[in-house]
Amino acid sequence: MKADQVDAGYLGAPSQARSFARSAAAQKIRERLIEFGMLLCAFFSVLITAGIVWVLLVESWHFFENVSIIDFLTDTQWTVLFENPRYGIMPLVTGTLVTSGVALLVALPLGTIIAIYLSEYANNTVREILKPILELLSAVPTVVFGYFALLLVTPLLQSVLPELPGFNMLSAGLVMGIMIIPYVSSLSEDAMKAVPVHIREGSYAMGATRLQTALRVLVPAAFSGIASAYVLGFSRAVGETMVVTVAAGTQPNLTLNPLEGAATITAYIVQVSLGDLPHGSIAYQSIFAAGLTLMCMTLLFNIAGYLLRKRFREIY
Amino acid sequence: MEKPSHSEIEKSVSRNKNRDKLFAVLGLLATFIGMLTLAALLADLAINGWARLQPHFFTSFPSRFAGQAGILSSWVGTILVMIVTAVAAIPIGIGAGVYLEEYAPKNWFTAMIEINIANLAGVPSIVYGLMALGLFVYQFRFGQSILSAGLTLALLILPIVIVATRESLRAVPGSMREAAYALGATKWQTTSDHILPYSMGGILTGVIIGLSRAIGETAPLITIGALTFIAFLPDSPFKAEFPFISFNWIWSPFTVLPIQMFNWVSRPQAEFHLNAAATGLVLMVLTLAMNGIAIYFRYRFRKRIKW
Repeated sequence: MKADQVDAGYLGAPSQARSFARSAAAQKIRERLIEFGMLLCAFFSVLITAGIVWVLLVESWHFFENVSIIDFLTDTQWTVLFENPRYGIMPLVTGTLVTSGVALLVALPLGTIIAIYLSEYANNTVREILKPILELLSAVPTVVFGYFALLLVTPLLQSVLPELPGFNMLSAGLVMGIMIIPYVSSLSEDAMKAVPVHIREGSYAMGATRLQTALRVLVPAAFSGIASAYVLGFSRAVGETMVVTVAAGTQPNLTLNPLEGAATITAYIVQVSLGDLPHGSIAYQSIFAAGLTLMCMTLLFNIAGYLLRKRFREIY
Repeated sequence: MEKPSHSEIEKSVSRNKNRDKLFAVLGLLATFIGMLTLAALLADLAINGWARLQPHFFTSFPSRFAGQAGILSSWVGTILVMIVTAVAAIPIGIGAGVYLEEYAPKNWFTAMIEINIANLAGVPSIVYGLMALGLFVYQFRFGQSILSAGLTLALLILPIVIVATRESLRAVPGSMREAAYALGATKWQTTSDHILPYSMGGILTGVIIGLSRAIGETAPLITIGALTFIAFLPDSPFKAEFPFISFNWIWSPFTVLPIQMFNWVSRPQAEFHLNAAATGLVLMVLTLAMNGIAIYFRYRFRKRIKW
């Protein structure tokens, strides 16, 4: 609507019509400015990603100017802070994989069972009470979980396995597993809930029990969503820092035995950051190379999850 | 194919029914494992930490002697860092959410931003710390300060605020927008006078949950160089002379509650573990209270608004 076309008689006087037109134009500029400002806010998130990629790549580049990438990938020792430093990322990668593996062994079965239970068995009241309580698990600060793993779970495990050292990957992994249950369970539950009711009813009409329906119909139908939940669980486990730093120790150790202690990639980054390393030294750059490795691991797993989802996607 | 006998069918049906019931028990048990862990955690912190929670614990600086040590510098640090985080994350997060939900045209640019936000939510928090170390601390020369820390955590919780904003905007029915447009309101007038107030409950919930996550974050702040032993307070924000407030504190070195707890838990002496438990108890009370408020808001706003 053009303001100068408005009937002047209705507005009272021509001068009022002019001021109305002026304010409408000002209004329009204001609208544009506000929209542009909010566009910038949204675009800001892209800048964050760019910043992350840029910092990791640039600092890792400097690192790989000093350290050959072949040594980095194949050497079996990581002794950056020692006299004769060796730069093999393998021990940190195995530490990360073992702790995450233990965590996933806990979180995936429990998370899936809880998801099936909440989506197919529990009535509304029970679900409304249980779900928020369960989600509190992911709200607990991770350093508190670290305390819990080191000072409560490890002594408990030691009463069963007397050989277990004070720092071990088993207790860190177990606690981390409990911690990521809500991520796995709530995404899986959403996926199962999204399966159309008539598919469920079809299964019941054939005489299937709730369990049969859940395992043979809903889980396959919701597979793509459940796979996303698993991938998210893995990303959380790989990137988790404080639990493993506190409970699994900071000693790089090339082993697949969860009963030993070993540093993870994240624990190494924390250990270096706690010391006062000069900006620009190789040890300083090494934490960015470690961070880049971490990102690559998560990315690889996300791509694998994506391909898996594409292969098994069910569309209704 | 041989026909199964009647008794065989009966057996198989009852077996399946039993399995079904067994799974119901299993499901409940699995849920209880999670809740038991939470209860054990709280009980352990309370048993070990309760005795330390004396007034002087909140008014003392850390010390070589576990019995005299306190969390003064870390709780002040936590509050100041949270102020910076909130000031940075809330406007940007809500702005981005409103843009994507109300304004954004459907094109590749919008799609890119949306995919990007979804991916950011999955980036490990320590990677944000590395990014902040490279950018904020050294590139922008903010140093190892409260400002760097607050901005780092703001980036970390931005996806949470954006997603919460979008979800609660989406819950406002389209008829509200149409009614406002019909009365001649502009897009921004519609959004700011009608849509945003209706969705405030959901947005607030997201902000509180985001901040409660930021309070517990440790790793990214260690990465940017938070100190673990601080025996002084940042410059006071309030001054006796004009202009009465000062922002020098944002450049101050800092420590926060989870880092103080980490420091105490990684010491070998059991004495300090009690301090860690007490700090953990404070942290748990803070995060559980914030989450409780968020759940209450969600519940209340869902109940009160009927379209």
